Amino acid sequence: MSLSGDKSAPTTRRKRDAIHLQRVTLAHGGGGKAMRDLVDDVFVSVFDNPDLAPLEDQARFALSALATHGDRLAFTSDSFVVDPLEFPGGDIGKLAICGTVNDLAVGGAKPLYLSCSVIIEEGTELALLRRVAASMARTAAEAGVKVVTGDTKVVTRGACDKLFINTAGIGVIRTGLDLGCHRAEPGDLVIVNGLLGDHGAAILGARGDLALSSPIESDCAPLNGLIDGLIAACPETKFLRDATRGGVATVVNEIAEASQVGIELIDDATPIREEVRGFCEILGLDPLYLANEGRIVAVVPAAAGERALAALKSHRYGQGAVVIGQVTRGPPGRVTMQTRFGGKRVVDMLIGEQLPRIC
Amino acid sequence: MRFVDEFRDADKAKALLAEIGTVAAKAADRMGRPANIMEVCGGHTHSIFRYGIGDLLPKSIELVHGPGCPVCVLPMGRVDDCVAIAEQPGVIFATFGDAMRVPGSKKSLLQAKAEGSDIRMVYSPLDALALARANPDREVVFFGLGFETTMPSTAMTVLQAAADGTKNFSLICNHITIIPTMKAILDDPGLQLDGFLGPGHVTMVIGLEPYEFIGATYNKPVVIAGFEPLDVLQSVWMVMQQLSQGRAVIENQYGRIVPKGGNPVARDAITRVFELRDFFEWRGLGSIEHSGVKMRAAYAQFDAERRFSVPDVKVADPEACQCGDVLKGIIKPRQCRVFGTACTPETPLGALMVSSEGACAAYYQYGPRAGDEPEKANAA
Repeated sequence: MSLSGDKSAPTTRRKRDAIHLQRVTLAHGGGGKAMRDLVDDVFVSVFDNPDLAPLEDQARFALSALATHGDRLAFTSDSFVVDPLEFPGGDIGKLAICGTVNDLAVGGAKPLYLSCSVIIEEGTELALLRRVAASMARTAAEAGVKVVTGDTKVVTRGACDKLFINTAGIGVIRTGLDLGCHRAEPGDLVIVNGLLGDHGAAILGARGDLALSSPIESDCAPLNGLIDGLIAACPETKFLRDATRGGVATVVNEIAEASQVGIELIDDATPIREEVRGFCEILGLDPLYLANEGRIVAVVPAAAGERALAALKSHRYGQGAVVIGQVTRGPPGRVTMQTRFGGKRVVDMLIGEQLPRIC
Repeated sequence: MRFVDEFRDADKAKALLAEIGTVAAKAADRMGRPANIMEVCGGHTHSIFRYGIGDLLPKSIELVHGPGCPVCVLPMGRVDDCVAIAEQPGVIFATFGDAMRVPGSKKSLLQAKAEGSDIRMVYSPLDALALARANPDREVVFFGLGFETTMPSTAMTVLQAAADGTKNFSLICNHITIIPTMKAILDDPGLQLDGFLGPGHVTMVIGLEPYEFIGATYNKPVVIAGFEPLDVLQSVWMVMQQLSQGRAVIENQYGRIVPKGGNPVARDAITRVFELRDFFEWRGLGSIEHSGVKMRAAYAQFDAERRFSVPDVKVADPEACQCGDVLKGIIKPRQCRVFGTACTPETPLGALMVSSEGACAAYYQYGPRAGDEPEKANAA
């Protein structure tokens, strides 16, 4: 599939035949009419927009149009393999858009164009694909980005787990903005935009391993609007990163290492939902390492702290914004936490995956 | 969070620490040196590091991290047996999560899984039994491990499988018992311990009586301790109180969970299914008499060791590894010659680096590092 984003491209459309089968078969990956119907019916129909003409093997952009947004391109790619595909607060499609939009936005870029490549396991329900595609389209519309190119592969049963999605994205970085992991200095504040660990807990809960009475919803959200507001109010922001896999603990460790500073987190200040805390207590997990899909870590100079918080709080995805720690002169690369209990501990990088403890 | 936050109250901690300071001073006068207290259980070790309790205690109290992490003390030979079973065609091997990473002599279960063995993570032995029912054409083997804490649930699962005639479920039994191991530590000539924080959840099953010999014969106080930070502090205070008064008895801080007589129903299930082994091998401590259990002949059909052929080879601990000395309180984790160099949580050589409850892993993850401020500020 190619969905050209070039306004000068011809706007002719091919004839679409809706698919009436219940499940995807290998024929849908064969490159023939069945595949074209699948692409058109499931994906092109929902990503449809006036710029889009499914005729070429690539999307095309006018450089002059890109240059109106800034002076550098940002380019990123991410693959999504979540189980289950649909969970409270989101699905793999929403994740696939948010993940790439957020990866661009935290670099100070305005996300513009995304690709969408799917690998589908033979036997996957068409209805599921339609729901995922609709969710992608909805999220892309909210984030103000266009899905302009993509690819579809169908693999035999067992060769992938129902549906894998890769999205790549292009954005343009605002002129003069230089966000970087190495820029943290003693005194800077570490801020997050809301409750931590909801996504990780939502996924673990949705796997049905624990019968939870009230499901926890994923925080999955496109954060480019939130970040626009933050940067407008606080252009001296030094660093942003979305705290996905490995959680907030991993991001602050990366900052401490890259900037060769210490970071002290305040246990009392880390915002964690009661249900998530309880969940982690039961499983022996640390919520600081749980994945988030709608949370950023921001480093701002102390003097800009109030402004940054106010800007974040004025956005729907930043209402829970709070300072969780401060950059210190402490041993370079070391993250510590002042515990609720009055003690102090090291918050290190995770070695592998967090595994539930036996007792 | 109710029933949790109450036990993490910073103001109460301050008050307790002041009390501990007073008692510790008295004990130090009496003993003429710092007191070494071993927390037996890995859960305690985890809590101590997670809340930074070691740093809050006065200088005259040293916490020594004990052998009570069942994942850490699994010997490599037993992991090899598990891998051998998991690699047999048709087997679904079910295990608790943190046992996945324990290194065998050739590979861990995590590596065996990557190589294609069907290894599933479960939260309870009953989940494994459910797997067996859902997959009647497969052999489901559960990796039973842990002290008396987890033994009853494994026993109940075997009894259920026997009651409903499940044929494709079995257990590789690596359950161990804590008392013989505490005795082995107490009998070590290099021993430098003055008292114990006893394991809360084990004692919930076995009761207080089995610990009485420790005061009577070895003249060491034992306080059965809960796992929240205030539990740990109160238990330290109770041990120090005994030391300052020259007493050595078994006391129970964790009364909200641990009844004096333990849980007779749970013990009955254990006795029906399991019997003591003559010896069981511990990583870091060697072979300890009567320290493990095996399945009784009546339940042989659920015994994976009888159903499958396993290598059953003893594999010596790596020579450089000093886990035994750490476990007995002779050295601190960081004094081990391979700590943080050849032995890290990524590539653990020794038992104590394996699970997050192992003393060395906790030290590595949460503890102070070279270049930090002095290890302990006198909080008293």
